[in-house]
Amino acid sequence: MTSPRLSRRLPLLFILVGAALLLCGSYIGLFVAPPERMMGEVQRLMYVHVPTAWNSMLALTFAFIAALAYLIGGAWKWDARMEAGIEVGVVLAFLLCVQGSIWAKPTWGVWWDWDPRLTTTAVLLLAFAGIIALRRFVDDPGRRATWSAVATIIAFADVPIVYFSVKWWNSLHQLQSTPQTVSSAFHLPLRMNAFGILFLMIGWIMLRSRIAQARLESELAPPPAATSFSDNAHATAGGHR
Amino acid sequence: MNQLLAALWKEGLLQWNLRSRFFAVAVFGTTSLLLFSFAIGPSAHALRQYSAGFLWLALLLSSTLTLSESFHAETEHRALEGLLLLQASPRALFYGKAIANWLQLAILGMMLVPIMVVLYDAGTTDLFRLAGIILLGSAGLSAPGTLYAAMVTQARAQQTLLPLLLFPLVVPVLLASVKATSLLILGDPMGQTPSWIGLLLCFNAIYWSLCGLLFGRVVEDS
Repeated sequence: MTSPRLSRRLPLLFILVGAALLLCGSYIGLFVAPPERMMGEVQRLMYVHVPTAWNSMLALTFAFIAALAYLIGGAWKWDARMEAGIEVGVVLAFLLCVQGSIWAKPTWGVWWDWDPRLTTTAVLLLAFAGIIALRRFVDDPGRRATWSAVATIIAFADVPIVYFSVKWWNSLHQLQSTPQTVSSAFHLPLRMNAFGILFLMIGWIMLRSRIAQARLESELAPPPAATSFSDNAHATAGGHR
Repeated sequence: MNQLLAALWKEGLLQWNLRSRFFAVAVFGTTSLLLFSFAIGPSAHALRQYSAGFLWLALLLSSTLTLSESFHAETEHRALEGLLLLQASPRALFYGKAIANWLQLAILGMMLVPIMVVLYDAGTTDLFRLAGIILLGSAGLSAPGTLYAAMVTQARAQQTLLPLLLFPLVVPVLLASVKATSLLILGDPMGQTPSWIGLLLCFNAIYWSLCGLLFGRVVEDS
C-alpha cells in the first residue's frame, strides 16, 4: 500500500528522475560520445529521436490497452488513462516527426521525404489527433468514452504498419536502431535518454489522467445546484413574504 | 443471415428513395476530377501520369458526402434505437450499411472512370482488373467510414469530424489503390500490382472484421 502523500507525489518523482536522466544522457550524447563515422555530428540526434520513437509507440500502446480495458470492464479510470495516453502519444509522435525532419535535411537533403515509416508516423499522429478532436465534440461522457475507445482500437491497427513498414516496403529510412545495431560507445546515452523519456512519459500520463479523472468526476456528479437553487428560491420567496 | 438480408433490403429501399442524392454526389466527383486537372495544367503527359491519383482523390472526397449522410435516416426519430429494441443484430445492421456504402462507392468509382478517360486520356483495356481494384479500394473506404459515420452523425461538427477521423486511417487504401490503378494505366513491367492488391486485401480483412465487432458498442451507447 502506498501512502496518499507518496502517490500524490509519484508523478513529480517520475518527471524529476526522467528530466535528470534525459539531461545526463543528452550531455553524454552531445559532448562525450564520439561522432558517427559516416554521418558525423548529425547522428547525435539519434539519442533523442530513437527514444522518442520507442516511447511514442509505448504511449499509444498504453492508450490501446486502456481502450480495451474500458470496453471490457467499463471503469471510468481507464477512460481517463486512455485520454492521457493518446495525448502524450500524439505529442511524442509530433516531436518524432519534427526530429525526423531535422535529421532528413542534412542526411537526405530534404525536410520531408515520403519514406514509408516517416509518412506512417505522420498518419498515426493525425489519426490520434482526430480522436482528440472526437473527444472534444462529444458531450456525453459515456458516448465519448466508448466512441474514443473504439476509434483508438481502429487507429491502433495502423501501429503494426508503422513498425513493420520498413520491412514491407522499400525504404530510404535507417533500419530500426537498437543497442545491438549501434556501436557500444553509443549505448549509454541512448539507454539513459530512453529511460529518461520513459519516466517523463509515465509522470506525464499520471498527471494528465488525474486531470481527466477530476473532470469526469465533476461531469458525472449529480448537480448540487438543484437543492441549493430550491433553498435559495424558498429563501427569496420568504424574503418577499 | 436473415437479419443481414433484411438489413440489405432496408438499405436497398433507402438508397432507391435517396437516388437523387447519389447523382448529386456523382456530379460532385466529376467536378472534382475537372478541378484537379487545373492544378496540373494542360500537359497531356502529366495529366495521364497523375490520372489514377485524381480518380481516387475524387472518390475519397465524394465518399465523405456519401458516408456522412448514411446514418441520417436511422438517427431521425430514433429509428436505430427502435431497430435495436426489436432485437435487430447490430452486426447485421453494420454489414448491411457497409455493403450498401461499398456498392454505392464502387458504382461511383466506375462512373468516374469514363470521365477520367475523356479528361486525362488515361484508359486501360483490362477493365475486369480495374473493376476489381475499384471494388477493393471502395471496400477499404466503406468499412471504417461506416463505423465512423455511425459515431459522428450524433456528434457536434460531424462534417469536420468524419474526414478528420477517416482520411488518416485510409491512407494505405489510397496509396495501394492509386498505385495499382496507375500501374494498370501506365504499365507494370516489374509486376508490382499483386503486392498492392495484397495490401488492399489485408486492410479489408482487418477492418471489415474489426469494425463489425466494434459496431455493437458504438450503437449501444447511442
